[in-house]
Amino acid sequence: MSVLANALRTGTAGAVALALGALGTVGAVAADLDPGKPYDLGRDATPEEVAGWDIDVLPDGTGALVGQGTPAEGEAIFMAQCAVCHGEFGEGVDRYPVLFGGEDTLASRDPVKTPGSYWPYASTLVDYIYRAMPFGQAQTLTPDQAYALTAYLLYINFVLDDEDFVLSNETIGAVEMPNRDGFIRDDRPDAQPETVCMTACDVPTQVVGRARIVDVTPDDDETAGLSLE
Amino acid sequence: MTGTKGAPPGDAATNSRAGPRSEGRRRFLRAGAGLAGAAAAGATLGVSGGRAGAAMAAEADPTALPPNVPWWGHYLGDGVEAHPYGKPSEYEAHVVRRNVPWLTATTESSVNFTPIHELHGFVTPNGLCFERHHGGAPSLNPADYRLMINGLVDRPMIFSMEDILRFPPVSRFHFLECAANSGMEWRGAQLNGVQYTHGMIHCVQYTGVPLKVILDQVGVKPNGTWLMAEGGDASGMNRSFPLEKALDDAILAYAMNGEMLRPENGYPLRLVLPGWEGNMWVKWIRRIEVGDQPWFAREETSKYTDLLDNGKARYFTWEMDAKSVITGPCPEKPVLRKGINQIKGLAWSGRGRVKEVHVSTDGGRNWMQARLPDPVLPKCLTCFNAEFEWHGEEVLLQSRVVDDTGYVQPTMAALQKVRGVNSIYHNNAIQTWLVNQTGEVENVRLG
Repeated sequence: MSVLANALRTGTAGAVALALGALGTVGAVAADLDPGKPYDLGRDATPEEVAGWDIDVLPDGTGALVGQGTPAEGEAIFMAQCAVCHGEFGEGVDRYPVLFGGEDTLASRDPVKTPGSYWPYASTLVDYIYRAMPFGQAQTLTPDQAYALTAYLLYINFVLDDEDFVLSNETIGAVEMPNRDGFIRDDRPDAQPETVCMTACDVPTQVVGRARIVDVTPDDDETAGLSLE
Repeated sequence: MTGTKGAPPGDAATNSRAGPRSEGRRRFLRAGAGLAGAAAAGATLGVSGGRAGAAMAAEADPTALPPNVPWWGHYLGDGVEAHPYGKPSEYEAHVVRRNVPWLTATTESSVNFTPIHELHGFVTPNGLCFERHHGGAPSLNPADYRLMINGLVDRPMIFSMEDILRFPPVSRFHFLECAANSGMEWRGAQLNGVQYTHGMIHCVQYTGVPLKVILDQVGVKPNGTWLMAEGGDASGMNRSFPLEKALDDAILAYAMNGEMLRPENGYPLRLVLPGWEGNMWVKWIRRIEVGDQPWFAREETSKYTDLLDNGKARYFTWEMDAKSVITGPCPEKPVLRKGINQIKGLAWSGRGRVKEVHVSTDGGRNWMQARLPDPVLPKCLTCFNAEFEWHGEEVLLQSRVVDDTGYVQPTMAALQKVRGVNSIYHNNAIQTWLVNQTGEVENVRLG
């Protein structure tokens, strides 16, 4: 039996309309986001425009901004522009990031993740410093200053041992970071049970920790709820 | 006598069914009113518990209740121009995002939390979507906005917002969860409120252009296999992701829940990577570069890598594992009465659809299937609910989700066995709420 006949037999107007549509009496439908369809929107980006925004660098140094700096030069910049948050020795003020130390702590109860102990690539340092630092004055450093600061951080983390080493777009990709091999690719899903137990499951149900005793929940009664006073 | 039927709820003198619980309820209601109420009741109720039912905290005005006609039945309300952009009722003023000040050094590089215990359904109102900024939230003029695509492309291009809005749009519901959601709970039960333990999540309907449509305009070269999204804000957030994701379901979104993005959510344009960790959903996106390898940016090496017990760290942990949590009862929503109570909550999976949610009232020994009201959408929050009967005994509430890939939400013990306690990110463990004999609810860890 044809679709139309079926629709007529069931006698619903909507079904008839649908069947007629199937017979090709409705208008054209917009293509379903045609792959590769050009929309004639947007314009060419000029080389100058790209150069102004293309600030990233790959681990091997590809794309690095042209510039250079030494640990000695970086120290002066660090004291003037960075130490207020990160501390004069990179120890971190308040909760701002610690920038040195942490060797051999990653498998401990209190891991300290710094460029020296954790970051796998030096390129990441110059990329991040140039794009985001100083905090609140991003992209105000020159490339030379970003290289100098990177060199200084590598120096205080014992990655570089010469305070006059010239770190540059030519050398950034060759720096070997201590934790280069400390990363593994995502191997989830993990932690899966062998079966999904629904009844009489053998699980511990003793309360061994309580948030109220830890007592670190913010106390914002002043702003909570409506005042009844 | 008809008037007594409408007396304020919890009034023992007029509510014959309430029995001994009515006093307990009054105590909760007073506690919600502030410190004085809590002190008067001599309650040990935590602060977060003190917010419980704040909307109900006001005692009802008997003159407003039947058989009386309240004032709003006599006099005119606001005219249509009173609120050109509408706001919630003043009695919902407690439903707000909240911050944990000790977590971060500054509010400009910080996070706050969605009040998921106060929400209904799976859509988060725009003004309640948790915020995570790394350099503050700029409010920029869309006339000044440009999106650049460069790198391994046939034609480096620049698009204005006017251009973006002229492409054919798609609208899809997706959750966005921060990889650090529940990150403070790895070592034990810390924060006593579901807003803080699970509130780095929101779910809205995004409208925008499929990223693949934009990539078609520039022409990705054959060796272009990776993309880098870069924010235009003062953090210049940059993250790498594979071309496959862009061709699969990535969206450049300009709207959420029917209106343009809020500034704090990336106005005028952000990246949407359904099911993947929120950090990658670059806001105020200014540039996408096509390359042949990942960039290993700061936010995918120093941060958002998951440190294991042996000192090695997982990287590129993009997908958000299936997770669920009971949003009522919870520390902010105590059990107020004996008898039939609703358990309600949210479940989600970054890999697909929620298939089942199980709830337990005995700490995971026995489970029952929760209801999953329509719709159940992929990579989207899914509501669940179930009943439990409470007689004033201690109860250990848990929920557990199974997604359509067969993935089962694990216990914290199972997670810790594989990952240790230093991971920070991707804690999707089963959450336990202890309901004590007075109905108060606490975040606890079982062992």
